[in-house]
Amino acid sequence: MAKILDITLNGRKRADAVPNNLLLLDYLREVVGLTGTKTGCDGGECGACTVLIDDRPALSCLTLAASVQGHRVDTVESLGRGGHLSAVQRGFHEKLGSQCGYCTPGFIMASVGLLRRNPNPSDTEILDALGSNICRCTGYVKIIEAVKHAAQLQAAGVAP
Amino acid sequence: MDALPDFQLLRPASLGDVLKARTEYPDARLLGGGTDLMVNIRRGIVAPTALIDMKNVTELRAIKADAKGIEVGASVTLTELAEHPEVGKYYPVVAQAAAHIAGPTHRNMGTVGGNICLDTRCIYYNQSEWWRSANNHCLKTTGTICHVAPKSRGVCFATFSGDLAPAFLTLGAEVDIIGAAGLRTVPLNSIYIGFARQDTPVTETFGDGKYYLSLRPGEFVTAVRAKNISGLRSAYDKIRIRRSIEYPVAGVAVALRREGDNLVDLRVAFTGTNPRPVLLTGTERLCGRTFDERALKGLEELVRDQVMSMKTTFTPGHYRRRVAGVLARRLVTRLFNS
Repeated sequence: MAKILDITLNGRKRADAVPNNLLLLDYLREVVGLTGTKTGCDGGECGACTVLIDDRPALSCLTLAASVQGHRVDTVESLGRGGHLSAVQRGFHEKLGSQCGYCTPGFIMASVGLLRRNPNPSDTEILDALGSNICRCTGYVKIIEAVKHAAQLQAAGVAP
Repeated sequence: MDALPDFQLLRPASLGDVLKARTEYPDARLLGGGTDLMVNIRRGIVAPTALIDMKNVTELRAIKADAKGIEVGASVTLTELAEHPEVGKYYPVVAQAAAHIAGPTHRNMGTVGGNICLDTRCIYYNQSEWWRSANNHCLKTTGTICHVAPKSRGVCFATFSGDLAPAFLTLGAEVDIIGAAGLRTVPLNSIYIGFARQDTPVTETFGDGKYYLSLRPGEFVTAVRAKNISGLRSAYDKIRIRRSIEYPVAGVAVALRREGDNLVDLRVAFTGTNPRPVLLTGTERLCGRTFDERALKGLEELVRDQVMSMKTTFTPGHYRRRVAGVLARRLVTRLFNS
């Protein structure tokens, strides 16, 4: 069984026929070809597949593609325009918030979700907002610095 | 590349349409946030022929909370509940319990109805098909013995771990349940039947880790409701192996009233310990006087008698029982002295 999915993906409207049992994660990676969103634990435990649905972080590995009908979905590919990195991307790059990089798209999207709701978060608020994501490399200190740096870049108008 | 077996997906916009869909697909499962159900489908634990997505049912998406009472629809997300200003002001135990569930992204997805009716968990159950078949499955799926208690004679010990249930239990909440036969309202405590007593057979009203809810076929919870009790102080706390995502080692909700130096009302409820959330009985014996060492000892005895932790998680049962006792002691002391 398939359904027509109307979705605003990274700011662009599109329509695709999707089977009922297709996960949003597989839709993004296999149907649309946006492989920035990563498949991690496949069970909602790691946050590597985090995307924004209507600006709220959600796990695409546990979301059915057909259930985001009519919603806005943003993936890591929505960030950075015209060869310039977004504030959160620059934060992770400049503060070394990324090591092996596998968890990074998920962390970046969770951070983007946080900064859209709260442009100037405290350390605790950052920790709370990233609680659904796991990184086995950085030890999280650099990631928190990266998000703080991103908030400053955004506030200064240096990067979107 | 199919990660999931095929199923019909229904996305009703009204309660009437949900009931119609349930009649049409009797073995359909209700899909809230999917943070537990989708994992279980992926692991082959359940294989429903149809899923009913409850996120668009507008009647179930409201929170009403003020100084008189609280009523929360089943499709409200856990983030919406945790962040609701009036819930935080008048019903701190509910807001705190909601904020303690899993991690922030999970809470954006997960729903109140899903957490109230959360499937019980066990290290022998929440595993891949391959893992479970290598272990000859277990009572909660298609097996014949409970690996937690092999001599349990048909009783399953999987643990209830939802956080909202103990919070609402301390408020004396009731739930609305709807089905083909209509709407009924029952005390929240009465839907949890995971008593898991080895001396009594498992029945529809006296269940275990497998039959943990008293809902009849086709029925589902639509709302949870409680009255405000003036002067009630309440809070929620839990311990887990890491501070987010993870299921509880033990969680405790406490609500109490103090008049002068005396404790006059005490409600303590646990999750993550038994096949049902446990609202301690006998706490009235600790009331009517101050909360001192003697009362602490009394509380400890109640916990010891009623909290039954088995080896259903990676942390041993006796440890979880001690954690439950310590958490309760700390929270009661803090609220009494606040």
